[in-house]
Amino acid sequence: MVPKNELDTPGLGEVVEKVQEAKDLHLKWLKNPFETELWRSIFRHKVDDAPRNRSLAVLSNVFLHLHPAKVNRDAVRYTFTWGMGGITFYLFLVLTFTGVALMFYYHPTKADAFRDILYLKNDVPFGNFMRNMHRWAAHAMIITVWTHQMRVFMTGSYKPPREFNWNVGVILLLVTMLLSFTGYLLPDDQLGFWAVTVGTNMARATPLIGHEGPLGPEIGATAFNDIRFAMLGGSIVDANALLRAYIWHCVALPLVAGIFMIVHFWRIRKDGSISGPAPVMLASEVKTAKGRR
Amino acid sequence: MDFQQLWEITTLPDNIPIVLLGILTPFFLWYGFREAVKNDRLIAQLEADPALAKTHHRKHQPYHPAWDKTVHVWPYLLRIEFLACLAVTAFLILWAVYFNAPLEEPADPTLTMNPAKAPWYFLGLQEMLVYFDPWIAGVILPNVIVVGLMAIPYMDTSPLGNGYYTWKQRKFAIGGFMFGYLVLWLALAFLGTFVRGPGWMIFWPGEIWDHHRVVHEVNVHLHELFGLTDTLQIAIFGGVATIGFLAAAGGATDFALRKYKPELFRKMNIVQYVHMVGFLVIMAALPVKMVLKLAFGIKYVWVTPWFNV
Repeated sequence: MVPKNELDTPGLGEVVEKVQEAKDLHLKWLKNPFETELWRSIFRHKVDDAPRNRSLAVLSNVFLHLHPAKVNRDAVRYTFTWGMGGITFYLFLVLTFTGVALMFYYHPTKADAFRDILYLKNDVPFGNFMRNMHRWAAHAMIITVWTHQMRVFMTGSYKPPREFNWNVGVILLLVTMLLSFTGYLLPDDQLGFWAVTVGTNMARATPLIGHEGPLGPEIGATAFNDIRFAMLGGSIVDANALLRAYIWHCVALPLVAGIFMIVHFWRIRKDGSISGPAPVMLASEVKTAKGRR
Repeated sequence: MDFQQLWEITTLPDNIPIVLLGILTPFFLWYGFREAVKNDRLIAQLEADPALAKTHHRKHQPYHPAWDKTVHVWPYLLRIEFLACLAVTAFLILWAVYFNAPLEEPADPTLTMNPAKAPWYFLGLQEMLVYFDPWIAGVILPNVIVVGLMAIPYMDTSPLGNGYYTWKQRKFAIGGFMFGYLVLWLALAFLGTFVRGPGWMIFWPGEIWDHHRVVHEVNVHLHELFGLTDTLQIAIFGGVATIGFLAAAGGATDFALRKYKPELFRKMNIVQYVHMVGFLVIMAALPVKMVLKLAFGIKYVWVTPWFNV
């Protein structure tokens, strides 16, 4: 039914036509959701299995574009990377998620901290589960970071052009351990308190800037102005130390880790993607290479 | 023999990770070395046959000339990452369901824990405290470890073994790293976890922790063996002994390297070489001090009014 005039009010017949059109459209969309305007506005490439679309699936996605479009065919074998670096990153995400969940229930004060843990443990729905998962993911992350470093060493992946990225990795390993250490104090129980007391007592002995360290007292370091005081916000592990551990653990160190992770991942790409499995090089070829130089 | 204590330590929820690490590390060592052996066999074959070396694809992985050298990340890598995330999540869920994170009594500064153990990943450091004063074990050595690790790429100049597993091409590098990581770091962490008990005393597997055990350790300082009493003499003697040891160890390392690894010496520039010898000597100082302490009861080598070594 064609309207006589563009200015005429659409009649019932036209409305019925629209309803039928709606049915047809929905059937079409359901049949092929990838052809809808909605889908295309999110994923800006076609979906049929063509090399170009496979590449675009990765390159046009903000989360996936850390990856190159293609990788060394042998690099996807478990025997080369053991997946340790990737699992480490995934554990960091798990820790961020569970950590944020725990933060909703935790006050970093001497009066509340321990009670909040009891509350999480006994009353909050999934509170105990989140706390357990956070704890074990943190331990697992230490294991995977160390094992990742062992793998990178064994495959010589710190060699040119990846020297700098190895250094970034060493810093990330350090930050991972500092994150664990600062998190240890937060339940405010005996375990954390004494571990952190023992740990920070070592800082007393820092040369020059510790009040029990070599040449520390001689230049005026006391328990109230030395490096340990700066770490704890006091001369003993108390309320200020709890707050500082909390800020380091939940804000400052994750930010530092995030920044170094950005550099780490970016450099993997810039340094020519994953290091191998590379073709083996022969000792006899090194000499000729040197002769040419 | 009663292994109750060992069982208690092993099944402590906070120690599950180090037990896991104790299984995973040997596994991955074997797994990595298995690849290294395959590559080493290929390298030997190619070294013996230069004509083959010119045409060979140089990997031990399955190969076909018609295959692409690369594969698409989607789906070949992303599906692996997705499955790995699923597996890790499932593993964590089971772990979190069956094992509760430890929670002790509320913090009480008047009630000392004995033993007051750091988490397992710091026990290597805590164990070093037995052999060195805190300013060395807790401050200097951790910094040396971090700086030493970061210096590795700038000291190891061999282009061999870049991006593939090998043992024969990198015996010295891999041997040195593994000695540092497995012996001086992991073994000390295991010692701290499973052997150290109340008072940080040694309780071997099969022994029960005795909180009242008293050991009359006779700690001597090196200068006492020589009967020195004057403070200045002691300080000078200790300085000579310590610096003398470092110099002698450095000299011996240098001699051994030039004798057995002449190509290493020739390849490195002097700054690289001096730093490498320095890091090796500091690394060796830990086991040397451990032997001095454990076998001879020597606590300090160098005693001064300001610091002790």
